[in-house]
Amino acid sequence: MSKELIRLQDLVMEFNGERILDGINLYFNDHEFLTLLGPSGCGKTTTLRIIGGFLTPTSGRVLFDGKCINDVPPYERQINTVFQRYALFPHLDVYDNIAFGLKVAKLPKAEVHERVHQILEVVGLQGFEHRKIDSLSGGQQQRVAIARALVNRPKVLLLDEPLAALDLRLRKDMQNELKRIQQAMGITFIYVTHDQEEALSMSDTVVVMDKGRIQQIGKPEDIYNEPKNAFVADFIGESNILDGVMLADYKVKFFGRTFKCLDAGFEPNEPVDVVIRPEDIDFVAPEEGHLVGTVTAVTFKGLNYDIIVDFKGFKWLIQTTDFQPVGASVGIRLNPEDIHIMHKSEYSGMFGDYSSYSAEYDELTEDAGDEEE
Amino acid sequence: MKKNKSLLLSGPYIAWMVIFTLIPLCVVLFYALTDVDTGAFSFGNIENLVLYLPAFWRSILYSVVSALICLVIGYPVAYYMAHCRPTAQRFLYMLVMLPMCMSFLLRTLAWVGLLQDTGIINNFLEMLGLPRLSLIRTPGAVILGMVYNYLPYMILPLYAIIVKIDNRLIEAAEDLGCNSIQVFARVVLPLSMPGILSGVTMVFVPAVSTFYISNKLGSTDIVLIGDIIERQFKQGDNANMGAALSLLLMVLVFVCTGIMNRFGSDEEGGVLV
Repeated sequence: MSKELIRLQDLVMEFNGERILDGINLYFNDHEFLTLLGPSGCGKTTTLRIIGGFLTPTSGRVLFDGKCINDVPPYERQINTVFQRYALFPHLDVYDNIAFGLKVAKLPKAEVHERVHQILEVVGLQGFEHRKIDSLSGGQQQRVAIARALVNRPKVLLLDEPLAALDLRLRKDMQNELKRIQQAMGITFIYVTHDQEEALSMSDTVVVMDKGRIQQIGKPEDIYNEPKNAFVADFIGESNILDGVMLADYKVKFFGRTFKCLDAGFEPNEPVDVVIRPEDIDFVAPEEGHLVGTVTAVTFKGLNYDIIVDFKGFKWLIQTTDFQPVGASVGIRLNPEDIHIMHKSEYSGMFGDYSSYSAEYDELTEDAGDEEE
Repeated sequence: MKKNKSLLLSGPYIAWMVIFTLIPLCVVLFYALTDVDTGAFSFGNIENLVLYLPAFWRSILYSVVSALICLVIGYPVAYYMAHCRPTAQRFLYMLVMLPMCMSFLLRTLAWVGLLQDTGIINNFLEMLGLPRLSLIRTPGAVILGMVYNYLPYMILPLYAIIVKIDNRLIEAAEDLGCNSIQVFARVVLPLSMPGILSGVTMVFVPAVSTFYISNKLGSTDIVLIGDIIERQFKQGDNANMGAALSLLLMVLVFVCTGIMNRFGSDEEGGVLV
């Protein structure tokens, strides 16, 4: 399971003097589903394109099975790519698109035929062999793109935001499908996305990137529960991030109160970022609360309400099924396991305040269609 | 409602087409099928077409050769243009268009000045102490004239198609194991087929009916069908025969473009004729 397959060493990429990748060190294990996650412009697509061989890094090395492949052209790498918007060949039908790589490799006709049909079954497109590409729906084109890459039995499959162009429902289906295919074929998937939910639900390992640097590497649960800095805490899910001071191990002070927590290993009186996930907060009667605030906005989200509560001028997002009307005075209690402490970072103070709550949501959805070059 | 509006807007051109294309075509057909002396209905002109078959074949041969030469010269240029920076693209585009802004007659006459026995090229050769060449009045000179005049018609449609080929398709082909030659053969060339077909058509059609180029650059025995048609109308006073020849030429052009469209029928998007 854990044999190392690809290693990136001190990757630096510059375009016209602008630093896109700033010292990426990362390794990929065999059979792993690894996701590069980050906002557009964070360098995730650039990293993928370097692994695919479409870009040569300004400095640093790409190792495949221990050998440096910096100068190996894409067509000689045992890596295939599922491109953003698929890049299917419009002059070929479904069969010829999928058979493309096999024909280039000059495989015998019978074997090409067999493998194409086999893979069509895997992606659920039997009977589509002679359909034209432009007669297929987005989801079907997506499957063809995956089949076209997988049929070559690569050691590694690179996927560059493959689900970005699909609608929500189809995206969910394809997420499960991709995970199933990855497990069935037993190959390494390196997946690029800006969708944190997608990353968390599919990956074995998530690599969070921003500004050309890796912010955190870990299992989805660890990334979510133990974010390393304010950027990760904000990007993965929603977070209320507050200024605090670590008084001693397991003791943190914020909002003028001392709370018990589960974190240790900080300097005495070290200033820290305190993360409280909106879904971990429960309302209690004002007189029983550690903190008391006023509800300023309520949005119905289906599963829960998003409630903005003003605590002494700092606005928190609280996700709860417990409805509270605007203007209500509410109390909250914080248990030690609800509080997560992070060291201060360059991102401190930039995230985790919900004063401009609606604007932030809009920004997130706008990002969805962005394409990274 | 919408349909009526568009009919109204296209009305003037449709009327123009009927008056100046469709009706004249009928007149040509009428002339072709009547006797020059008696004016009676006759297949005489059609039967006499056999006499001009060699000129037809020569016209087709020369224009096919020109179209192919244009393709061989034009494709790399168009490909290069399509992969330049936008500013360079605009400059090259203008450069390709530039000769078309100059009078066709002048361009052809300029070649006479260059190629003739006492022309610039031969004078230059003599200056270098080399023997003079007989360049003008050869098939080569005629084809040169055609290539020179019609090359832009090849480059521009090719460029228009190649520039639209998505770079990701090229990357996808590389990803699937193609080296640069295979990328070209398996992706770029098939995808530029519509451009090739319209380029070839746009060179072939005017070249096959040209008369001025062969007139000026060819010898008296290199007679193309365009020359013959011109002669029938202007010197021979046999407009009926000229009409029959024009008609056959038209049929030939239709057949040739039809064959080429057949070639490209797998491709999406028709050929621009």
